[in-house]
Amino acid sequence: MALLKTSKLISSVGTFSPSLGVLSIRASSWWSEVQMGPPDPILGVTEAFKRDSNPKKMNLGVGAYRDDNGKPYVLNCVRKAEGLIASKMLDKEYLPIGGLGDFAKACAELSLGPDNEVLQSKRNITVQTISGTGSLRIGANFLSRFHTVARDIYLPKPSWGNHTPIFRDAGMQLKSYRYYDPSTCGFDFAGALDDISKIPEHSVIMLHACAHNPTGVDPRPEQWKELSALIKKRNLLVFFDMAYQGFASGDIDRDAWAVRYFIEQGHNILLSQSFAKNMGLYGERVGGFTVVCSDAEEAKRVESQLKILIRPIYSNPPMNGARIASTILNTPELRAMWLEEVKGMADRIIKMREQLVANLKKEGSTHNWQHVTDQIGMFCFTGLKPDQVERLTKEFSVYMTKDGRISVAGVTSGNVGYLAHAIHQVTK
Amino acid sequence: MSVFGEVPQAVPVAVFKLTADFRDDQNPNKVNLGVGAYRTDDSQPWVLPVVRKVEKMIAEDHRLNHEYLPILGLPEFRSSASKIALGEDSPAILENRVGAVQCLGGTGALKIGAEFLRRWYNGQNNTKTPVYVSAPTWENHNAVFANAGFEDVRPYKYWDAEKRGLDLAGFLGDLESAPEHSVFVLHACAHNPTGTDPTQDEWKQVAEVMKRRNLFVFFDSAYQGFASGSLEKDAWAIRFFVSEGFEMFVAQSFSKNFGLYNERVGNLTIVAKDHENLTRILSQMEKIVRVTWSNPPSQGARVVAITLNTPELFTEWKDNVKTMADRVLLMRAQLKAKLQALGTPGTWDHITEQIGMFSFTGLTPKQVEYMVKERHIYLMASGRINMCGLTTKNIDYVAESIHEAVTKVQ
Repeated sequence: MALLKTSKLISSVGTFSPSLGVLSIRASSWWSEVQMGPPDPILGVTEAFKRDSNPKKMNLGVGAYRDDNGKPYVLNCVRKAEGLIASKMLDKEYLPIGGLGDFAKACAELSLGPDNEVLQSKRNITVQTISGTGSLRIGANFLSRFHTVARDIYLPKPSWGNHTPIFRDAGMQLKSYRYYDPSTCGFDFAGALDDISKIPEHSVIMLHACAHNPTGVDPRPEQWKELSALIKKRNLLVFFDMAYQGFASGDIDRDAWAVRYFIEQGHNILLSQSFAKNMGLYGERVGGFTVVCSDAEEAKRVESQLKILIRPIYSNPPMNGARIASTILNTPELRAMWLEEVKGMADRIIKMREQLVANLKKEGSTHNWQHVTDQIGMFCFTGLKPDQVERLTKEFSVYMTKDGRISVAGVTSGNVGYLAHAIHQVTK
Repeated sequence: MSVFGEVPQAVPVAVFKLTADFRDDQNPNKVNLGVGAYRTDDSQPWVLPVVRKVEKMIAEDHRLNHEYLPILGLPEFRSSASKIALGEDSPAILENRVGAVQCLGGTGALKIGAEFLRRWYNGQNNTKTPVYVSAPTWENHNAVFANAGFEDVRPYKYWDAEKRGLDLAGFLGDLESAPEHSVFVLHACAHNPTGTDPTQDEWKQVAEVMKRRNLFVFFDSAYQGFASGSLEKDAWAIRFFVSEGFEMFVAQSFSKNFGLYNERVGNLTIVAKDHENLTRILSQMEKIVRVTWSNPPSQGARVVAITLNTPELFTEWKDNVKTMADRVLLMRAQLKAKLQALGTPGTWDHITEQIGMFSFTGLTPKQVEYMVKERHIYLMASGRINMCGLTTKNIDYVAESIHEAVTKVQ
């Protein structure tokens, strides 16, 4: 360390202007002490997959939908919406800080239901955000600045890998409550209730609205009801992350049931929505952030503060994706088309789950694979151990994360048999 | 009892409130000289013809999809955007020590750069490092750096209100007295809001002090091409500093010069001492991006990348940029001529000496109030006008109004 400090001193002496005719010594950099950031674990999986020359290789790390040919899928309603938009020859003027009004309105109606009392009373503020990540970040910043009565946010164990760094970077303390039960590959309901009953008042609790990431394990409605009652009793602030509405069960209302139930029960929630998966708009960065307030007046105050938070990050959000989403949601035939297509995606995932279990049985596996079909959404926590995962990768070129999570979106009717065979080989 | 019962109502951002007031004004003669976006001579927004063309190409290319971009953005956008700023043949590029992060507009680039500096510059997490922004500067500079955690954001002398020009002595003085390692946010060209840029010789003097005092160079480049009409000319300061061996950040915006305001196209160009440093820097930039927006939006970056990397389109773009720059220059010339013809008290040379979208007219707050309330001409309380708001149709009215304001109101 001392050596580096010395070289900084030398740098101020050693950098002569070439115009003085003196050779300039290469000064040390400002960045000599910048550490190499750790490689992203999921990215690492994809990198290794790319390098593999096995024609049967499978990438089950990918967090994006694939069709039955293993290809990215651009929704027809998206293409149609793009065509409509292009014909309007719109300008490219800045959006307001809170984004496209038509989009924010449609976004809130989608999650809460158009007849929701919250919308009638105008006691929500919904802003357009940079997809789900941007929404969570704005929410985290808002909590950090204004929810000063408690600094802790409780995440389910496990949760999406990026939740922790987002909230930590915003200045919050990360805690957890039991959620996934590895012995059943299901929901640790008793453990969750037990942990939640001990969370200090006013703390923030994060709930995955549907299609829990990474486990695919969702509470049943009667479990949600108990959770709501307990959370209300503990006086906790609820933050829902809904990244898969429509994509989980194929039914947008069913997937939003928990969100709507909680609101009905009097929780004034925070809500992050993403349109990356359910509209396939990944790279366009389309999302929404909602705060349900006591009344319209409070919503206005909160809105003004959200704008103050957003402006120094990116000023105002990108138009393209929000315009596509808004067009789809607000144009009846496109909306109908979308509902069919999102159901199509969900159905394919559900079918792959069923086929995987069926094929495992055909292979002769005697393990209980029910969790594969009990779980929901893009991801499945297989229950495979790290050494089994390693064998899958090394011997069969099947790539997934060490925790045994697979992206069912990467499974096709063409490779599900191979996958079942491989899994059976490493678990028999 | 709401958890948010105590959240106070925030004051609206001035420049957006101005536009809102303009929109609500029913007066037929109203003129909007507020927010910084280009307007045609018919007072209309202008989508560049090359942009329409490229967007059509993108829409018709069904090989393209909406998959996630890498965390740092579209590679062909990042490299071509950096080349625009530094010059294709920049020694720094040839030495493989230039990297970039695609960001959400110029704001996003400043944000990511600020977050990186707070974490890794001048020690680790040194929130006490002073950050200097010009007096005056774009109003969001303060908030970007403060929100990134810097506790000490200060002004450096820049605008001399009396002589209506650069306060070079003050500027150099602040550079000399700044604590070592302070960060200085420099406007690469077309200073916002004054329109007053240092000359080449003045930039050389700035660079000399910055090098000697070990100050960090953070360029904000939001108007390349838009200021003089020439990409090279507008990038002179950046390229000079690179040739002087500085490590630096350049926050680039393509909002104005591509007219892509609402697609949020920006690039943080990083010039490092060598490739090894660059690699580590980029790895940490990824971590910052991941907790902010994960990965950037693809549409705008694709438009810019295709344009910059296709020779005929690149030429067409430069032409479109020159169209905008020339119209602004024409309005400057005409406004000055009309004020002189009217015999409006004061000197008006600064109108044509200043460059870019904005002009610091020198109007006092009371005179500005007169302009807004009596003449329905909307400009910032600082006296800043957006030259793009002027057209051949309204320039007489504006000139007369300025004349009225200056002669009637102190």
